[in-house]
Order: sequence, then structure tokens, then C-alpha cells
Amino acid sequence: MTLHFLRKIGVVSAAALALAPALATAQEEAGYAAGHPLPGQFHLQRSVTPIMDSITAFHDGILMWTISFIVVLVLALLVWIMIRYNAKRNPVPAAFTHNTLVEIVWTVLPIVVLIIIAIPSFGVLSDQLTTPDGERKYLGANIFSFGEVEVPAPELTVKATGQQWYWDYEYVDQGLAFTQLLLPETSGDGNDRPTLKPNQPRLLAVDNELVVPVDTTVRLQVTADPMGVIHAFALPSFGVKIDAVPGRLNETWFNSRETGIFYGQCSELCGKDHAFMPIAIRVVEKEEFAAFMAAYEGGDYAAANATLAAVQ
Amino acid sequence: MADTTAHLEAHATGHDLASHMHEPTGWRRWLFSTNHKDIGIMYLVFAIVAGIIGGLLSGVMRLELQEPGVQIFHGLAAMVYGLDGGSAAALDAGKHMYNVFTTAHALIMVFFVVMPATMGGFANYFAPLMIGAPDTAFPRINNIAFWLLPPAFILLLMSLFFEGTGPGALGFGGGWTVYPPLSTMGHPGPAMDFAILSLHVAGISSILGAINLITTIFNMRAPGMTLHKMPLFAWSVLVTGFLLLLALPVLAGAITMLLTDRNFGTAFFKPAEGGDPILFQHLFWFFGHPEVYIMILPGFGIISHIVSTFSRKPIFGYMAMAYAMVAIGFVGFVVWAHHMYTTGLSLDVQRYFVAATMVIAVPTGVKIFSWIATMWGGSITFKSPMLWAIGFIFLFTVGGVTGVVLANAGADRALHDTYYVVAHFHYVLSLGAVFSIFAGWYYWYPKIFGWLYNETLAKLHFWVMFVGVNLIFFPQHFLGLAGMPRRYIDYPDAFGFFNRISSVGYYITFAAMLIFFYATWEASRKKRPAGDNPWGDGATTLEWTLSSPPPFHQFTTLPRIDSSNAH
Repeated sequence: MTLHFLRKIGVVSAAALALAPALATAQEEAGYAAGHPLPGQFHLQRSVTPIMDSITAFHDGILMWTISFIVVLVLALLVWIMIRYNAKRNPVPAAFTHNTLVEIVWTVLPIVVLIIIAIPSFGVLSDQLTTPDGERKYLGANIFSFGEVEVPAPELTVKATGQQWYWDYEYVDQGLAFTQLLLPETSGDGNDRPTLKPNQPRLLAVDNELVVPVDTTVRLQVTADPMGVIHAFALPSFGVKIDAVPGRLNETWFNSRETGIFYGQCSELCGKDHAFMPIAIRVVEKEEFAAFMAAYEGGDYAAANATLAAVQ
Repeated sequence: MADTTAHLEAHATGHDLASHMHEPTGWRRWLFSTNHKDIGIMYLVFAIVAGIIGGLLSGVMRLELQEPGVQIFHGLAAMVYGLDGGSAAALDAGKHMYNVFTTAHALIMVFFVVMPATMGGFANYFAPLMIGAPDTAFPRINNIAFWLLPPAFILLLMSLFFEGTGPGALGFGGGWTVYPPLSTMGHPGPAMDFAILSLHVAGISSILGAINLITTIFNMRAPGMTLHKMPLFAWSVLVTGFLLLLALPVLAGAITMLLTDRNFGTAFFKPAEGGDPILFQHLFWFFGHPEVYIMILPGFGIISHIVSTFSRKPIFGYMAMAYAMVAIGFVGFVVWAHHMYTTGLSLDVQRYFVAATMVIAVPTGVKIFSWIATMWGGSITFKSPMLWAIGFIFLFTVGGVTGVVLANAGADRALHDTYYVVAHFHYVLSLGAVFSIFAGWYYWYPKIFGWLYNETLAKLHFWVMFVGVNLIFFPQHFLGLAGMPRRYIDYPDAFGFFNRISSVGYYITFAAMLIFFYATWEASRKKRPAGDNPWGDGATTLEWTLSSPPPFHQFTTLPRIDSSNAH
């Protein structure tokens, strides 16, 4: 009876485990080209950079398998104990209090597992914190390799400054700066005209996207207004999250292999409009970016943005 | 010295024992109390009252987050400030109020619910009983330690009604981590000063309590009870006492620097004047990380006794269990910056904190497996405390393994400051620590009050709450993976589905709490006598040798511990 029950649980959980990636794939196929979360999404956002590739492989692979196994093991042991060692089936309790071998095993085995986790963990971390020089190889999705993805040295430097409650950007070498504001749902002129286009998600869409070229390494400097508070610059699809701290210039990098608009949100509590200062990066073809920059030389962001296809 | 001993003995055996042991009555019994059991009960009642407030705050937040868009806080703010509900001013005030609610919820749950319940209530009541002591070492310190808490709590509640960021925004909304500059320049009003003062007073209370319990455990164990025969709950209290003693002064220092930065022109954390906001984060988390072990370690102790009692089997691997707690406490002090992976720490620093943090998984694993081994081969009865204990073991495991995920700075990059973190720490605290508190409550309620509760109601409370809290917090893992940041009053519509489930979970948990209050009320009405030991021969610690409730002063003749009745 109980064995039958256990077997049933086993079948169901195996089916659930097998189904999870299938569901994820199904969700991706459902038009998941967007750089933002989808309704009911239960997994990491889709990766478009080598850094996010490695985070995804690390999390969805060894980490998920390890923690799922531990949880299922503990659950199975508890269920077994409840079935086998309840007072009805086992009226006389055993009296043992030690078992040296078992104790050594459950101390040493976790250490081994942790070391196995630590190897890719250190690799993934080192990639994130090392700005490419053009020679260093990055892990990408193969986190147990010594690095096989080539990433060029940065060709563009962008600085993001967290304000209460929006982001300022600067193309550092070109000396061009603009402000990025949340696109409100409705126009503020009393007519309540909807301002969002169908592909512009609420609370993520902005007026001025940060425009960068595809397949190009971008050095990203992040700070906050020196008289302001801490924010955090996050872009899930890029695997980027770094605090914007007043008085500090933090640096990270990304290299997107896809064009499109990718969204993130402020990720450090910064006051009342913390939830209302999104981040949007528009990745365009290199030629488009050159045209954009040429038009932007005079400092008119709107004119430069007009060179790009309008957001639908 | 010999004289004193003789004098004491004359007292103990002598004539007017009764006049020495007079029991104060009425309000004097409580306000002037130096009795560890009465003080323990006051701590428990205090924790329940604070828990109601903290729990209701989170309820308003879940109500808000049930649907995308700002649902209720602009209306709430309109009522509080007398504004037009549709106005932009009401919306702004509502956004600030949401942050105030998250902040207050966290501070209340940490400092005024979990800590008072475990280190205040259960530790005060049962650590002396378990080690065979007549009371704690410093009964008057015990009194002041408790009575500092209500003023601290009142200060915190007052802070909700003072100016925070401006005239239309009352209360401090910078999170329980009180990071500057948001807690300095970001909140110029006095609300933050009240919060700082509240934490100072609560901190003094905890430090005094810790000193008292450490001294009691070191000096007042019954003859024959060596440290290595001491019950695990006493061990957990001892380790937690040291964590409090070492961690809280660092918090006190950090928030004092905040106070002087705010009011007296210092610049510890002001970048414009050469200070560093990140310095505060190091100080805060040097306290903050041990703090999470302060909240969970006493729970470890409670669970060990319950598991052993209802399996009718001695604790498996007693020494490993005791020293696993010592190890967790020690390592807990050297992992703090894993809360700061995104602040811009260098690669080597992050590598160290990854390695150190993962080490904690080893002693924690020892504890989980040892509880399972204690049950293995046992003769288990599933009374309500045991249900809570088994629930604890499973839920704490879930919260523990997501901690291993977050320990990896590489993975934390994607999950930092998302709902994944919220899910993680609620699994170890709201489901871990709180389940251990309820386990302890149902285990010791008959001892503390002398009555039996209705077992069916207690079990119903467990099952409803188990479903409810899992429904709240499990979907939050998904939200975090998909990238939903923490401390957001409103979120992109894509996050709506799991937020709705999470809110439904809250309502179920709310119903569970109603069952809890009804069960407690019912037990106090029916007054079914519990007897000295309602749990049978599995309950071997000293408190079960006494009457229920124990006499006002117990162990007038100290119990002797020989090797046969150790732990």
C-alpha cells in the first residue's frame, strides 16, 4: 500500500521534473524574443550575452540539480520515517545515538559537492568581474571549460548615473549625455491618452533608450548623484547588476549578440519611486549605431533616435 | 566564604523559607518581576502582540501586490493625510507609505517578534529549567532587559507618525538595513532618529538579556551537569547569547554614526565629505548576518528536543549537534559581505566570501541529517509539536538550499535584490524560525500554563499555515528568477500571476493565525490540566520533572545529574 503510494509519488515527481524544461521551452517559443519577463515566467530571463549564458548554465544546471536533489532526498527520508517509524509500526524505539561512519559521510559528502559547485562558481564570477582585453577567453554556456568564448576588448564606454528617480547616461568618449525617464501609462495632460505602444511593457518602457551596437563590448560605468542615494543598475538578459553608489565609480561590461530592446529595473531601494525608474537598452546593428552617433554629434538625442526604426 | 556557604545553607534548609519565597501578586508580580518564568511569559505575550502588528503590515502589502498597479496605498495615504485619493500627492504619499510598511514589518518581525519569542520567552523560561537552576544569574537585569523592549517598540511605532522624507511623508521608508545616504540625506525628518533610538534601546535589552543567559548557563548548572551533558536548547541559547553580545554593539556603533551624520555634522558615510556609504554596509552586515543565526539557532535547539521527545529516542550525534551550532555561530561572523556582492567588491574579496559562505552549509547539513537520524528507528507519535518540527526541517531545508544558490556571487548577480532573496529569507525565517516558535509553543504550552490545548485545533493550525506560507513564498522564487526586484509597490504586468497566488497564500495564513488565537483562547477557557509530563517517556529534560506550571521558585533542592540522565 505504502510502497504503491511512494511509487506513485516518484512517477509524478519524475514527470514534473521532466516537464519543467519542456515548459520553459514552450514559453520561449511563444514569441519570447522580448527582453523583458513574460506573464507567469518562472525561470531566468533569456540570455543574450556570454555572461548571462554562464549564469543560466550555472543556475539551471548544477545548482538546480543539486538543490532539487537535496530537497527531494530530505523529503523522501522524512516520508519514509513517517511511514516506517511511526508508533504503530515501530512500538519499541531503537536507542542508538551515534554512527561514526554515517556522520563522516554526511560531513564529507556535502564538502565534496560544495567543491564541485565552487569550481564553475569561481569561473562564472571571474568572468563577470574581468573586463575583456580581447585575449581572455570566457566560459559562456560551457561553465566546466577553461573558457572558449572570445570577447573583444571594449570599444564603447557608457556611464549610467542613478538619480532620484531616473537614470542619466553619458557616452563618455563622445561627451554626449541624455536622461532616461519612465514612460507613463497615460499622458499627463488630463486627456489620459494611452502613451504606451503595444510592445512597450508598463513600468519598463522609457522615453529615451540607451542605444548600443550589437556584438560589441561595452564598458559600463555606474555611479549615482554624489548628493543622492544608492541605486542599482540591473539588466537581467545581460547578467548585469551593479550598485550605483554616490562617490564611487563601479565598472562592469556587456556584449549583446542580439538586437532588440532589453529592460531592467532599479535594484536597490532608493525611496518612493524606486519601482518607477526602469532601465532600457536598445541594441542595434553596427551600421545603425554609426548613423545614430553621427546624428547625435550635435547633442540632439531626439534627432539621433529618429534615425532608428520607431518602436512599435 | 565558608561562613557565607553555611549561611546560605541555613537559609535554604531553615525556618522561614516561606517568607523568602513570597509570590508578589497583581501588577507588582509583572512590573517588578525578577522571576525568569514570569519574564519569559511577558516576552512571549509581547512577541505575540508585536507579531499581530507586524503580520497585519505584511497583509496590507500583500493586498497591494495582489494586482499590478497601485491598488490601495494611495487611498490609505489619502485617509492619513486628508488628501484627495486620486491626486498625485496621495499617490506619492502612498508610495512612501509602502516603503514605510516594508521597513516596519521587517524591523518588528526581527527585533520585536522573533528575538523576544526565542531568546526572550523560551530561553528565559526554559534555559534555567533545563540546566536545573532556580532562576537566572541576574534577575534584576532580566527585569530591565524585558522592560526596555516596550519603550523600544513604542519608539519604533512613534517613528511611523513623524516626518520621514518630508511633511507629506511620515515614517522611515529606507528598509530595515537603513543604508545611508537614504537613511541620512534621504530622510531628513525625525522618523529615522526615532527608529535609531528604538534600535539602540532594543539592542541594550538584547545585550543585557544575553549577558544574563550566558552567565546563567556558565555558572548555574545543576551539580553534575557539565557543558557536554547540557540539553541542546541550552547550548543554542549559549551560542546565540555570544552572537548577540558580539554583533549588537557593532550595530549600535553603526547606527550611532548614522545619528551623528544626521544631526551633528560628522561625515562617516557622506561621500561628498570623504565618507563612504559602503562602510555602513560592512558594519551593518557584520551585525546583520550573525543576526539571522540569532533568529534561527534557538529554533534549532527547540526542534532537537521535540524530535527526540516524540521519537522516544535520544538525540542522535549530540556532540556534533552542539558543535555544529558553535561552528555556525563562528562562521556566521566571517561571511557578512555576501549581502554586498553587487556593491563593487573586488574579485578576490567576492571569492573569499563565496568560499566562506558555502562552508556554513556543512554544519547546517549535519543538523538536518542528525534530526532525521534521531527520528530513524524511533517510535514516532505525530502530536502537533512534532508536526511543526517536521515541517520546520523540510522548510528550513528548502530555505537552506536557496541560500547555497545565493552564496555563489556568480549566481547572485542575477538574483540579488530580487524576490528570490525574499523567498529565501522567508523560508528560513518566516517558515523556519516562526515554525520553530510554534513548535516550541505547542511543546511547552502545557508546561508554561498547566493546561492542554485542543490537539485537533493545533494540528489544523499547522496544516492551514503550512499550505498558506508555502503558497506565499514558493512562487516568489519564480518572481525572483524572472527578475522582479524587491521592495516594489508596483511591478510589470508579467509578474501578476505569481503575485496573486502569493497574496492568496497570505489570506490562508491569516486564517491559520485565527485558528491559533482561537486554540489558545479555547485552551485557557477549558483549563484541561496537563499534568507534569503530557509527552511521555520521550521527554527527558528537567522541566518535565516539575509540576505544570512549575512552582514559582523551582529546584529548592538542586537536581543531581549523573551519566544516566544526561541530555
